[in-house]
Amino acid sequence: MNIPAELRYTASHEWIRIEADGTLTVGITDHAQEALGDVVFLELPEAGRLVAREEAIAVIESVKAASDIYAPVAGEILEANQAAVDAPEAVNADAYATWLFKIKPTDATGVDGLLSAADYQASIG
Amino acid sequence: MTQYTPLHATHVAAGARMVDFAGWDMPVNYGSQIEEHHAVRRDAGMFDVSHMLALDLEGPDARNFLRGLIANDVAKLLEPGKALYSCMLNPQGGVIDDLIVYYLSDTFFRVVVNAGTADKDVAWIRTRMEATETRSTLAARRDLAMIAIQGPNARTKVWAAIPGSEPVSTGLKPFQGAFYGETFIARTGYTGEDGFEITLPAGQAAATWEALAAAGVQACGLGARDTLRLEAGMPLYGNDMDEEVSPLDAGLAWTVDMKDLTREFVGRAALLANGTHRQSLGLILEDKGVLRAHQKVFTALGEGETTSGTFSPTLEKSIALARLPLGVTPGDAVEVEIRGRRLKARVVKTPFARNGQALV
Repeated sequence: MNIPAELRYTASHEWIRIEADGTLTVGITDHAQEALGDVVFLELPEAGRLVAREEAIAVIESVKAASDIYAPVAGEILEANQAAVDAPEAVNADAYATWLFKIKPTDATGVDGLLSAADYQASIG
Repeated sequence: MTQYTPLHATHVAAGARMVDFAGWDMPVNYGSQIEEHHAVRRDAGMFDVSHMLALDLEGPDARNFLRGLIANDVAKLLEPGKALYSCMLNPQGGVIDDLIVYYLSDTFFRVVVNAGTADKDVAWIRTRMEATETRSTLAARRDLAMIAIQGPNARTKVWAAIPGSEPVSTGLKPFQGAFYGETFIARTGYTGEDGFEITLPAGQAAATWEALAAAGVQACGLGARDTLRLEAGMPLYGNDMDEEVSPLDAGLAWTVDMKDLTREFVGRAALLANGTHRQSLGLILEDKGVLRAHQKVFTALGEGETTSGTFSPTLEKSIALARLPLGVTPGDAVEVEIRGRRLKARVVKTPFARNGQALV
């Protein structure tokens, strides 16, 4: 199972990279893309949207089914990845290289509740 | 309790992603569902369909019993090996299951039913057998495995992989099958492509599967099976029809044979009394997104509902089957509600794709 040690995670299968400026870059994990199967559609949040922690803010659709993607922290959406919207299969090809949105946390301590790679590994068994 | 087909260990060893399907632990894909789909449209793919149940009906009045049991008329089966698709209805005219019946001899028919409905089907058929005092017997053949091999190159690859299969199957017409030994090979399927469905003793399934793989047949999961059947415009029991839906409202009027006025099959009176209120047509989504089952469809003549929806790998667009008001016609512009938004779609005739070609 591919779970990079330098990233943080949620139990709902998002990965989070904490950038030097405190903003977060978010995608879905390799485990999640494998469970979803071939990804064919992404609906991502608009820049400027204020979101609550664990709010469903994006949708990923594989051939098989639609799934929600959740905000890992409360904050403001800075940017969505239009390249991923245009070529959703990139999520299958490399889930960690294909970020979906960037978010600025309302509160710097918001990231404290995120899982480490080891905790995420444990959560998916 | 989870059930396993005779090929379960083969799928697991091949790294298939396994999911629960109607109580069976089945492969949904072996990697990419879209690649498996294309393999069937362009070359050859195989599916383990051993979760479906073959029921052997044998006896002097087997044909008459079936004429009363199902909505299509087995009287039209005259050539041994010939197959017929039919719905089995309840007295209210709802669909208990859809099935394939093979005419093997005047005293021997084989009925293949869906996995998720197998138990209730057997119970219902036995109820009808008692009610009609038939002299026929019913045997559930869980000792058999079923492999569907589909695609433009499916037949030649089967002939290369399975010794002795060619002479018996080369002359088969579509919807016809033949025995060789204990194996039954039929030119049927659920993908819109040519190919075979092979029913064989469970103990031979793994070796046959491996031989087909060695001949270049792509292993395919239930994921590709669903996108292929939907492109081919074929209904899925439980999605596109069920016990609450008449075959006349589900686009299956062509399978209901009313020609023999003396044939009193179960559900006939209800169909005649109720008539037709809806029709099944295809939708192609013109906006971005993916159609799924049970989304609301807004037409100029009122509301309808999608019954199956997916992303079509052949069209690279989302497609659906929908139950729509009568009077809606192919070419009409409609809207489908997805997550609170109304997206544009176009009504089309099905199939969407067949024999390797997009048709819409």
